[in-house]
Amino acid sequence: MLSATSRRAGAGTPAVRLDRSTLVLGGTTIWRDLRLEIGSGEFLTVIGPNGAGKTSLLKVLLGLLPADGEIDVLGRPPGRGNPRIGYVPQQKAIDPDLPLRGRDLVRMGLDGARWGPGLGSQVVERQVAAALSSVGATAYADAPVGRLSGGEQQRLRIAQALIGDPLLLLLDEPLLSLDLHHQREICAVIAGWQRDQGGSVIFVTHDINPVLNMTDRLMAVVGGRWAVGRPDEILTTTTMTELYGSHVEVVRVRGRVVVLADTGDPLGSHHDLAALPEQLQAGV
Amino acid sequence: MTALVHYEFVQNALLSGALIAVVAGLVGPFVVSRNMSFAVHGIAEVGFTGAAGGVLFGVDPVIGLLAGAVLAALGIGTLGVRLRDRDVAIGSVLAFGLGLGILFLTLYTRYATEAFTILFGTITGVSRGDLILLSLLGVLTMAALAAISRPLMFASVDPEVAEARGVPVRALSIAFLLILAVAVAEAIQVVGVLLVLTLLITPAAAAQKLAVRPATASLLSVAIAVTVTMAGIVISLVTPYPASFYVSALSFGSYLGARLVGPRLALRRYRLVS
Repeated sequence: MLSATSRRAGAGTPAVRLDRSTLVLGGTTIWRDLRLEIGSGEFLTVIGPNGAGKTSLLKVLLGLLPADGEIDVLGRPPGRGNPRIGYVPQQKAIDPDLPLRGRDLVRMGLDGARWGPGLGSQVVERQVAAALSSVGATAYADAPVGRLSGGEQQRLRIAQALIGDPLLLLLDEPLLSLDLHHQREICAVIAGWQRDQGGSVIFVTHDINPVLNMTDRLMAVVGGRWAVGRPDEILTTTTMTELYGSHVEVVRVRGRVVVLADTGDPLGSHHDLAALPEQLQAGV
Repeated sequence: MTALVHYEFVQNALLSGALIAVVAGLVGPFVVSRNMSFAVHGIAEVGFTGAAGGVLFGVDPVIGLLAGAVLAALGIGTLGVRLRDRDVAIGSVLAFGLGLGILFLTLYTRYATEAFTILFGTITGVSRGDLILLSLLGVLTMAALAAISRPLMFASVDPEVAEARGVPVRALSIAFLLILAVAVAEAIQVVGVLLVLTLLITPAAAAQKLAVRPATASLLSVAIAVTVTMAGIVISLVTPYPASFYVSALSFGSYLGARLVGPRLALRRYRLVS
């Protein structure tokens, strides 16, 4: 494992760099002329309504989706199979009968892509055990994955992404369907990894609030338009109104951010940027 | 009963039955985790058409069966790229294949008895030559499966991450369909086209009710498949009824047993809320 200091030696090169990048999917412009640079050790949060292209950004960086423009990920063009990128895709239900333990799921992050049946070794077992304990999942590592709760499964997926010792962590809605308590725990695991290892994070979410204090920079994507900056620069009524192309109000309630679209606005039918229903509940 | 072992047809039946059961038992867990029961059924029915075509054109029915199964697997793999398309692709390939089978059946009038044996299995009709061919195919299938098992497992349970990690998800899916085609052609020798699922699904389904580790599930699946096949063949030798029936009955019994015992085992092991 690389130590945090040796990682910082390469701090000059950005973790991710997109220059004049355009992505068009099925005739729809997802983003145009995107310029984005993520420094090593930086935490970028990506927000936007459903279908705005948040997941597409991760897929482009993983080399699963081609986009125009200059794109560098960890100093080279995006390509599949880069072991220095950890990826946690959107949660999906797992068959409760699937004969697979948390331990097995995590191990796939280490050597699941290799050929051959893959017999166990003590080195591999130790690495898996270390990854499990780093996310606090040791207690249920031997239970079938499909029978665990959403929060427990999410910890295992993060351990799976971290076991390859990545420099860049891509997370797609990792807090979706988790209660507040589990949201906080997952955030703490990610913050702890970033503090100890100095890696970069791209965190895709529809609700900025759980990660507001971890976010170095915020990117908002709406209908082909985008804006990147410090959270307090982006989360303003002016910037958001410009992005949405119609009047949008950004208000702060009890230290949390709520983005309100005008009623009758077609965008109101989408998920609002900061998950309005949850906000109303939390604010009461 | 031990005297039966001296007959060559009994030896052939038991040897090929054991080998086929091992192959089916190893392939089964992947069929279950990839939700491919319908593909197994489709491949088997087109295999039947291949065998019927073989008889019509004077080719060894086992070769015809294999050719039909492989063509069906390739057809399903090409047409059913996305999971959503797969069911429809299988249904279409299966229906067309069976249609051809009916044509062959009409063209070749002596065919009725042969059709019956392919549909319901004739393990006691396996010749020494068949045994060699089946062994060769079985060993090839197992070697191929061993080579791809780890990335295949990754692609089966976690396709998004597997793809990002450089696993050739699409190529593996085709490779597995081909392995499956050979396994189906083999299983048809024991239980016939209509009962292949009893060896390719049921033992694996029973095993996954009992095991939590991938390797244990595979071992259990093989153990169940071999046990029910051996027992089914032996019982059929001393009774007037076909092996296919006994194999499918024992297989189903093992599944029911596993469903009864499995949840209790799980509760005792993890004290999880079910």
